[in-house]
Amino acid sequence: MKKLLTYLAATTILSGPAMAEEVKLGVLLGFTGPLESVAGDMASGAELAMAEVNESGAFLGGSTVVSVRGDSTCIDAGAATAAAERLISSERVSAIVGATCSGASTAVLQNVAMPKGVVMISPSATSPALSSVEDNGLFFRTAPSDARQGQVIAEMMVERGVKSAALTYTNNDYGKGLSESIASNFEALGGEITINSAHEDGKGDYSAEVASLSAAGGDVLIVAGYLDQGGKGIIQSALDLDAFETFVLPDGMVGDSLLAAIGEGLNGSYGVLPGSEGDVAATFAAMVDKAGFKVGPYAGESYDAAALILLAMQAAGSSDGATFKDRIMDVANAPGEQIMPGDLARGLQILAEGGEIDYVGASGVELIGAGESAGNFREILVEDGAQTTVRFR
Amino acid sequence: MQDYANAALLLTNYLVVPGIAYGCQLALGALGVTLIFSVLRFSNFAHGELMSAGTMFAIFATWGFQAMGLSFGPVPTALVALPFAILASIAVVLLTDKAIYRFYRIKRSDPVILLIVSIGVMFVMAGLIRFLIGPDDRTFNDGARFILKAREVKDYLGLSEGVTIKTSQAITVLVASIAAGLLFWFLEKTKTGKMMRAFSDNEDLALLSGINPERIVKLAWVLAAVLATIAGTLYGLDKSYKPFVFQQLLLPIFAAAIVGGLGNPLGAVIGGFVIAFSEVALTYAYTKFLAYTLPPAWVPDGLVQFLPTDYKFAISFVILVLILLYRPTGILRGKTL
Repeated sequence: MKKLLTYLAATTILSGPAMAEEVKLGVLLGFTGPLESVAGDMASGAELAMAEVNESGAFLGGSTVVSVRGDSTCIDAGAATAAAERLISSERVSAIVGATCSGASTAVLQNVAMPKGVVMISPSATSPALSSVEDNGLFFRTAPSDARQGQVIAEMMVERGVKSAALTYTNNDYGKGLSESIASNFEALGGEITINSAHEDGKGDYSAEVASLSAAGGDVLIVAGYLDQGGKGIIQSALDLDAFETFVLPDGMVGDSLLAAIGEGLNGSYGVLPGSEGDVAATFAAMVDKAGFKVGPYAGESYDAAALILLAMQAAGSSDGATFKDRIMDVANAPGEQIMPGDLARGLQILAEGGEIDYVGASGVELIGAGESAGNFREILVEDGAQTTVRFR
Repeated sequence: MQDYANAALLLTNYLVVPGIAYGCQLALGALGVTLIFSVLRFSNFAHGELMSAGTMFAIFATWGFQAMGLSFGPVPTALVALPFAILASIAVVLLTDKAIYRFYRIKRSDPVILLIVSIGVMFVMAGLIRFLIGPDDRTFNDGARFILKAREVKDYLGLSEGVTIKTSQAITVLVASIAAGLLFWFLEKTKTGKMMRAFSDNEDLALLSGINPERIVKLAWVLAAVLATIAGTLYGLDKSYKPFVFQQLLLPIFAAAIVGGLGNPLGAVIGGFVIAFSEVALTYAYTKFLAYTLPPAWVPDGLVQFLPTDYKFAISFVILVLILLYRPTGILRGKTL
């Protein structure tokens, strides 16, 4: 019996690269919940990378990739864990693109991915806590940590001559992590945070919250919340009561729906969005257009997450998590030939021939630290009721 | 002198104006709860969802008017749509009464059973509302937004503080006063109103003197539906319509009704304002106010806030507990629970 098992194991390992197989990739995103409007485009982005790899025919000796979707929700860690359990145990996925939110990602990583040794790359979880979480080298993210975003926001504010600011955040992991990061970076640069208070989403009235923010005072109000939720209520109420004129908008607050809801009052406010400069974004936008979906927030990061997994598998010559997890950093960073979006076939070719690549992808991937994006941000300014790009950071 | 003017404007802007508008909304809600309690003798937990349903109908009617291309200048369309919404809510309460409450009333069930039944009605209504209009946030105020804008007041007076008065706040106060005034007139002056009060005081004696109980009950439901629809629509106009908010509103509304004295309409109005002003005043941060009124050396560093704003709803709870402990009948003599 023991002999048989060893034999079986040996053949599986040996036949891995040689024999064409069907590799399943889990796409575990928040298809329901507070980010449901974003999840569809993210999944399409990840599946675009898989389709590209399949078309090339160069992946692991002619293997094909199949996408299996699962719903991680955003706020229900139990549902996310159950969905991940299904993907890994019954669908037998080799790796997971996901989850969408920080809380769900942590739960899936600790409860399912780590015990089963499955690699996860989240395109959009940004909590600073995930940088230091115990992950056995299995967790990566193509989104930058909010620690980096806090630094970018603080620098942006100081450059605009802001001396003091009031800060309010949505009462969850994302809001708390981001607000702490903004506050500590801003204070390190000599600014003053007059108040750092939480707000609950889903309330009808935010005038009391705005009253205490206004009493604390400050040149600007930083709203680390969600644009369709409490963040909008805070800004509306602050403008109605004339408590603040200028708002600083982190990534969760930038979007067309906020401009449509508030209108003129937002003129002069500024914020940041993850995004990279130059040709890669345009190339990716053209690809997305052809595939028939939109370049939503984090769609490029999702494409990159799926692409990184597949390229690392190619580099390791195996779809086994324990084998290819160590190659993710290699394919993502220099040295090697730069691989742009749409170039996956060439990347696979180079890796098959034993060469090295430096994956750039749709979001200018550069993995640092424990495997997270270094973070490119697009600084935006609201002028005449429309958002304009100021520069890239 | 200028400092005192600034301090007064500051408090008006952040405390008085929002407090009055919120107080009116709570008072209308509490009036409905109190009416049902005095006539049907149970606490109607479905009242919040009735407000929600009424607002939903008002939004549907507003959309209908807008689709027909009608608009009414500075007056929000929802105000014109209000009568239609009231009719729809009346149909809803009469149907629920006929289908559900009447069964328990005829059996002369305990008030506690009716209370539990009303919780069931609340959940069913909440579900139906989410089916019909969805769980999203809706803004349906299409009239003029402001009567006074803080920025303009500042520039006009040359002071550093201003006052904002939203059209929706003014409409709230106006409509709520008219509705409450009509209700008091009805209860005090008309024959039917007197019958209703008699029925509320002593059901058996009222029956002996030939009052038709079913008619009084129906009337109470109709009045509750009218008040709930007005309260909900005003709240929605002032803030925005979210189906989830009304279950949160239920607590301050009940607190207002009990603090004022359950079953006492005037008490409900007073209770509404007591709760509204305690919530606003206890969570307000007074630093800026003190900075205007005190000599600079005395101004404290902190926010001078009694409670963080997160505890807003806890205030209704605390007041409720204090009232039940020390004056269970409420400020004005009402019934004990």
